[in-house]
Amino acid sequence: MSVFPFLVAGWILLVGLYGMVTSRNLIQAIGCLAVAQCSTYVLLLAVGYRRGGTAPVYSDIPTHSKVVDPVVQALALTDVVVGATVTALLLGLVLQLNKRHGTIDPDALTGLRG
Amino acid sequence: MSLSDLLPLAVAVPLIGAALLAVTGHWIRRRGCDILAAVFTTAEVLVLLLLWLRTAHGTPSGSPASWLGGWRLHDGEGVGIVLVGDPLGVGFALLAALLVLAVVAYAWRYFDEPPARMPGTFPALVLLFEAGMCGFALTGDLFNAFVFFELMGVAAYALTGYRVEDPRPVQGALTFGIVNSLAAYCSLLGIGMLYARTGELGMAQIGHRLVEHRTDLLTVTAFVLVLTGLLVKAAAVPFHFWLPDAHAVAPTPVCMLLSGVMVELGVYGAARVYWTVFSGPGGMPPGAVRGVLVCLGAVTALVGSVMCWQQRHLKRLLAFSTIGHVGLFLIAVALLNADGTAGFALYAAGHAEAKAALFALTGVLLDQYGSVDEHGLFGKARALLGRTGVLYLVGGLALAGMPPFAAGLGKAVAEHAAGAWLPLLPVFFVTVSALTGGAVLRAFLRVFLGAGTHPREASAPETSGEGEEPEVRSPERRIPLPMLVVPAVLLASSLVLGLAPGIGRVFGRAGDLFVSRSDYTAAIGLTPPTQVHHATVLPGWTVEGVALGVLAVLLACALAAAAVWGRRLRGAVAAAGRAAMELASGRLARPLRVAHSGRLGDDVAWLAVGVAALLAAFSLLR
Repeated sequence: MSVFPFLVAGWILLVGLYGMVTSRNLIQAIGCLAVAQCSTYVLLLAVGYRRGGTAPVYSDIPTHSKVVDPVVQALALTDVVVGATVTALLLGLVLQLNKRHGTIDPDALTGLRG
Repeated sequence: MSLSDLLPLAVAVPLIGAALLAVTGHWIRRRGCDILAAVFTTAEVLVLLLLWLRTAHGTPSGSPASWLGGWRLHDGEGVGIVLVGDPLGVGFALLAALLVLAVVAYAWRYFDEPPARMPGTFPALVLLFEAGMCGFALTGDLFNAFVFFELMGVAAYALTGYRVEDPRPVQGALTFGIVNSLAAYCSLLGIGMLYARTGELGMAQIGHRLVEHRTDLLTVTAFVLVLTGLLVKAAAVPFHFWLPDAHAVAPTPVCMLLSGVMVELGVYGAARVYWTVFSGPGGMPPGAVRGVLVCLGAVTALVGSVMCWQQRHLKRLLAFSTIGHVGLFLIAVALLNADGTAGFALYAAGHAEAKAALFALTGVLLDQYGSVDEHGLFGKARALLGRTGVLYLVGGLALAGMPPFAAGLGKAVAEHAAGAWLPLLPVFFVTVSALTGGAVLRAFLRVFLGAGTHPREASAPETSGEGEEPEVRSPERRIPLPMLVVPAVLLASSLVLGLAPGIGRVFGRAGDLFVSRSDYTAAIGLTPPTQVHHATVLPGWTVEGVALGVLAVLLACALAAAAVWGRRLRGAVAAAGRAAMELASGRLARPLRVAHSGRLGDDVAWLAVGVAALLAAFSLLR
């Protein structure tokens, strides 16, 4: 298996991290968190890929045909669900934060320090 | 019903309870919700107590395991998910269940105004949180552990930001959520790498397959990434920045759970992953793991206890004390032997009782005075001295490791194990106990006695405890009985656990089983059952342990007294002492406090730095 997908996954993670560190907008920061999470999809699907394999659905293909690994696809699907829950919750919190503080700039939130 | 059938029940009971509360919360009144929550938490405690009683003293056939849906291993391969009930895992699940029961009792009538249409939200979220914690403690599957980890995380974020009408909880919950989710995705990357290497997701199965490979960069990266998620949950330095922000603002009952058991579960998870997955050939060399994690624990202990001493926001003070204690837990676990692991378990149990009691009593102050600021409350709580004050004092002493409380026993045992490996390590145990206990005692003297002079305002960046919204909005009322009974019961149970006979044998056995891979692999049927040799009996109360415990308590009292009355002393020695204190808080603590900027970007940057440092350290030492 090529090492290329792993490098791509690492790159996406770093891009997401960079965005979260430098962001001046919390909605953008949560977008960057979602970008970082995409690295897990890339990695998982790359791990299960088999050259020449087809989708692991045996209803219309012979049972001995070559398929990609269904386990990682199940993992990626679970990951999507988890990620959607977390992102929705975090975005809800940002909305509430905007109502109470009137800002979504992380630099302007200095209530908790020291 | 066999023993192993209780394992899925331990996860299902709180989940069913949460679903029931979420569905019926519309119709049944508040009292109905409270009763429903109490019934389900009690049932969960009974299930886990039964499991604990049957496993703690040993079962002839080894630890019970339950394959969900009957998807067992065939010839050592399989895609099923297994729950394993080894004594330490069951013990942690039981600790979580007991603490949740205490929290449900404490929160009875806690929030005066539950959301108008959904009185069941709070208990439902607490039960969901409990399901996540129990599942995480019992699962034998790495990906399943990730899912439970996220379940417990999401419930915890929502609970932290439960009072959405107040500004600060929302901010704390957001930082908590973003940092922890990012760390969880790092863990998932690591799990993906391990699956790529071994084709397995079960912890014991991965460990079994790693034998066929050598330890290369992929193994190290996977180990560090999986560890990142767990260490962030455990709030090890420099992954800890979210914790004080979240704990300072979460509702008090939630603080009890976060500090009492969730953070400790992070350390437990790290130990579980090391022993079950990486302890064999093809895993991580024990020397490297021991060296790196002991250093990490020592730094965490120092940063946590120094920052704890600097706080005036009482909840934040307790939160930093948790970080200090996590450092000690990490040191104990990183010794990589049965003694250290068993000592960690005992210390975590004792710490949970003391810390939950202290948070509960801080909740009483917040309820009565609408503030958790040590300076603002100066001398105000004299009226509460009789009950709340005495309990607070006892909690502070227990936190400082006073014999015969369980926290003191756990500290003595872990300290003994650490000292046997490196005689320097007990110094950290005494320092953390003295500084964190001293900070609590200082707060006691100022708040409940009004001792000394009114503290000066500092110029350093800090979070005061003023302006916290009271969680109960009728200031004139009496203190509800559960809010005093729960901390009293917690402290009493700490006393009982510290004095229980045979406790050393039970925890020693749990430690033995935890560090032996053969028990775990036999439980899931990967290898034939073998008899684990039970050699470890924890030393219990020894002269050395009692002496160091008393020393820590005396140091804590001296520190608190010096902080409160120090400015009144005359003479050259006192002046020199004051100058040294000024220097220490100026030169040493100020940069640390500046680093805790509370900015999301800084927290994420520190996380990246931590991951890079761990990667570098483990790659060099591999």
